[in-house]
Parts: sequence; structure tokens; C-alpha cells
Amino acid sequence: MSTAALTPFRRTPSSRGGAERRDRRAALLFISPWIVGFLLFTAYPVLYTGYLSLTDYDVINDPSFVGTANFEELLQDPKVSLALRNTFVFVLFSVPAQAVVSLGLALLLNAAGRASGFFRTAFFLPKMTPPVAIGILLLLLFNGQSGLINEALGLVGIDGPSWTTDPTWVKPGLAMMSLWTVGGSVIILLAALRNVPEELYDAARCDGAGWWRRTWHVTLPMISGALFFVVIVDTIAGFQSFTEAYTAFFGSGNTTYGNDAALFYSIYLFQQAFEFLHMGYAAALAWVLFLIIMVVTFVQVRVSKRLVYLEGEQR
Amino acid sequence: MTAVDTPAPRTDPVAPHAAVAHEEPPPRRRPGSRLQRALVTAALVLLTVVFVYPFVWLVSASFKPRGEVFDNRLIPRTFTLDNYVEVWNEPIGQWLVNTALVTVLATVTVTLSSALVAWGFSYFRFRGRGVLFGVVLATMMLPGAVTMIPTYLIWDALGQVGTLTPLWAGNLFGSAFYIFLLRQFFLGLPRDVFEAATLDGANNWQVFWHIGLPLTKPALVVVALFEFQAAWTDLMRPLIYLRDTADFTVPRGLKSMLDQFGFGGEWHWEIVITASVIATVPMIVLFFLGQRHFVRGIATTGNKG
Repeated sequence: MSTAALTPFRRTPSSRGGAERRDRRAALLFISPWIVGFLLFTAYPVLYTGYLSLTDYDVINDPSFVGTANFEELLQDPKVSLALRNTFVFVLFSVPAQAVVSLGLALLLNAAGRASGFFRTAFFLPKMTPPVAIGILLLLLFNGQSGLINEALGLVGIDGPSWTTDPTWVKPGLAMMSLWTVGGSVIILLAALRNVPEELYDAARCDGAGWWRRTWHVTLPMISGALFFVVIVDTIAGFQSFTEAYTAFFGSGNTTYGNDAALFYSIYLFQQAFEFLHMGYAAALAWVLFLIIMVVTFVQVRVSKRLVYLEGEQR
Repeated sequence: MTAVDTPAPRTDPVAPHAAVAHEEPPPRRRPGSRLQRALVTAALVLLTVVFVYPFVWLVSASFKPRGEVFDNRLIPRTFTLDNYVEVWNEPIGQWLVNTALVTVLATVTVTLSSALVAWGFSYFRFRGRGVLFGVVLATMMLPGAVTMIPTYLIWDALGQVGTLTPLWAGNLFGSAFYIFLLRQFFLGLPRDVFEAATLDGANNWQVFWHIGLPLTKPALVVVALFEFQAAWTDLMRPLIYLRDTADFTVPRGLKSMLDQFGFGGEWHWEIVITASVIATVPMIVLFFLGQRHFVRGIATTGNKG
């Protein structure tokens, strides 16, 4: 194998025109599944959701145009403001907590040397649990009377709350449960930690920096890109949280639980669309969710520009 | 998303396979006192217990008789297999078959179609490639809620609501995230192998199928495992598309069992717990079989962010 292998996509200039035309046909053939799928399952649905959001539609009768009525209703719907509040609170608590916990675990794994593979597997294992099962585990572990969490708290003399029924404690319980599945982020951060050049630590040690200063001034800036990636992905996922909360607090037969405290935006959207068949209204809710995610991501990207270290820049 | 057009990093320029293997650098042994290392290990052991305990609790509870499920003992006072017998009163066998079918179809179709599309975006040069690929990336950021309702209406118009088809057939068209991932791997492959094959008379399809695809095996395994996990654990789509109990997937069935035995007044939590174990174990087994590829693949995608 020659080292020319390292430079893909270099063609001789003379053959370029004809080759490009031939390439274009072949490429479009290869890409065609995506083009069909994009038109059918992305472009058309996005436009049609836009249209539906301006209608009343119950699947049985044809959509009837109502203008911006859905959006006006949405602004006054107390369930929407409740769901928004719940979702924001959940994201605000769970995302930073996930970032801190996954960073802590990754730092520990990085310091562990050879045995880190075993521990890494252990931390990743919960990620393999179906979210429905996690919702069920939440009900069992955080159960007010006999749950494991309260039993553990009892060992240190704390009388634990009724996590799954007390509206105040439902979201903290969900946020804590979300920490169980940080394994994916841990692996991403660990990979970033392994890529920090050892010379930087040696230099810091020469300057007399202890562990804490090395972490703060070398490690964190060097892995800020990966950390930012983890936070963005967790935030977008957080705004769309559905399965765990829906499993534990919604569905048929379950009306006695603290539903309202766990009513996330995605759950309300799902209910409107597929339980109440208010498709037009749900379409409007979907656009609002899209808007919120876009704005929040945009703000995060802007803020990160100040905080994220980019290679090539002077520290 | 600035890293999109850079080829995947190569660790070893000599061995072509290293281009796709993405070996992690070995863990460093930092100078640290024995006490420090002991503290780190102790913390890791403690945290491992915290992370693994809920599983152990769940599995242990599934072997306890009804009255003892909540006693939080690690080793059942009375060991019983009754729950595993009784859980079959539900159509859980059918659910497992349905889930296996959906998962296999979803995994095979999305892996092949995404590889095909990724190849189209990486092997060929053509005008508009950058713009088109930008559209692929943009669709990654679109929340599912925006396309959910029209997609349902499409499957409804095709008469597929109430069947398993909507749970996998969309995968025939590839998935943006996997296309992105595979394209990164393809860009790291040594191009002169393909050019040699072309000189030997291989056509575009043969180059892709006989040379490109086999070289991409590690990445294909990652994509397959991601999709297997996603298809196996999905709840929302089965909630939307499945009607009859007999058509349910395992997560959908598990939810209906929770509604019936957990909330529905029958209070058979031991059945719900046992079904949860059955829903989880296939994923765990799969993880252990493919964990090296899986973990490495996730680490790699993280670097791309």
C-alpha cells in the first residue's frame, strides 16, 4: 500500500470533465434511496405539518382551514404552559447533572489505567436497557414506601419523599433516573480525554500545577469540544423526552399518579395527535417545539463560541 | 459541524484496515501515588455497584414469589420460576417474534441503504454534492415530532396502520445519522484500491459491493448495533401504529402489561418485572457480543462532533 492512499479524491485535471459527468449519474443512482426517502418522509411531511398546523383535522373528516387559530389557542392552553414549564425544568436540571456526572465518571476512568475497560462496560450497560423498562424501574426504585432509593436514604437517616406520587418530587426522580444512562456520554468524553497530549500535563507539572489546576486549565479546555457536543445532544434529547415519563405516568389505567408533574411537551403533543386526534393542533405544537429547539441550540452554539477551545487557536 | 469534510483520522498509515478500525490510544499510566490509585479504584467499584445494582435488583425480583418482590433482598428468600412460567400467559412469545422480525428488517435495510447512499456521497465527485450532503445533515436536527403526523397519514393511506411495516420500511431510504457516520469511514479508505479494481474492469457497483463494503465492516457493525438497539427498544412508533395485542412489539407489550398489572388494579408487579427482564436481556447479550465495536464506534462518532 503506497502512501498515495492518504489522499483520496485526487484526480488528474485532464480527465475531470467527462469523469464528473459519469460520476454524477452513478452517484445519483447510489444516492437515490435517500432522495426518495427525503422527498417522501421529510420534505413532504415538513410542508404538510405546516399546512396542518393551520387547520382543524381529526383524521376522519377533511382538514378545514382555521388560519392561526391553533397557535392562538396554544398560547392560552394552560396544559401547554404546564408542559413547557415541566420540560424546561427537567432539561435545566437533567442536562447539567448529566454533564457533570459523565465528566466525573470519564475523569475517574481516565485515571484508572488498565482496569478502565471493565468499569466502562459497567457504566455503559444501563444504556442497553429499553426506555420502557427504565420507566418501570423508576416506579419500583423510587417507590415511596418500599423503593430501594428511600431504603438507601433511610440508612443515612433521611426519610425519603414519595418520588412517584408527590408532584414536587416527580421531576427530580426522572432527572435522577436519567443519570443512570449517561454511559454514552462517558465514552465520548473518555475518548476526548485520551486525546489530550501528555506534554501539556508535563508542562503544567513543571509549572507546579496540582491535579485540580491541571484539570481546570488543561483538561477542561482541551475536551471542551466533546463536552459541548454532549450537552447539545442531551439538550435536544431532553426537550423530546417521552418514553420513560410516558411509561411511568401516562397510558391507560393510570390516572392516580402525578400525571401533571410529568406532563412533558412531547407527551402532550403525542396525546393531542394520537389520543385526542387533534392533528392540526398537534402540528402547531410540533412547530413550536421545533422553534424552541432551534433557538436553544442557537444560543448554546453562540455561548460555546466563547468557551470552546478550538485547535490552532492560542490558548 | 466543521469536521464534516475532513477524512476520518488514520492512526496507522501503513495498514489499510487501521483506517476504519479507529483504535483508541492505550490508557496512559500516569505517575500517581499508590493511595491515589487505590482511591480511584475504590470510587469506581462503588459507582459500578450503583450502576449495575438496578439490574441485579430487577433480575433478582423476577425470581421472587409475588409477596416478596418488594423486600429489596439481593438473594430471594424463596426462589421461584413461577413468574417465568406465568408471563407466558401473555402473548409475549408473539411479541418477541414481532420484535425480532421488525428489528432484523430495520437493521438490515438501514445498514445497506445508508451504506449505499454514503458511498454515493463519498466515492464520487459531482456538482451539488456539498449542498445535498448539507441537506442530509440538516435533517439530522429536525425533531421527529415535525414529521410524525404526515408520516402516519402516509402509512394510513397505504393501508399499513395496524401492521409492522411502518416500524421498519422507512429504513429502506437510509438514515441521515448513519449516512454521515458511514461517509466518514468511507472517506478514510485508501482510494487506490478502488482505482486498481476499476482498471481491472470492475464497474461502480462491483467496486462498492466487493471492495468498499467489506473494508467498512467495523463501521457497518456499529451502525447495525445502533439500529438494532433503536428498533428493539422503540415505544413511540408501536404506540402510534399498532392496534391489536397480537401485533405488539416487546416494549409496546411491556407498556400494556404495566397498564394492566401495575396500574390496572391487578397488582401483579412480579409479572411486569419478569417481562422487563425478558425485554432487556437480548440487548445485554447483543452488547456483550459486539461491545468492542460498539464502544469504539460511539467514541468515534463523539470525536466527529
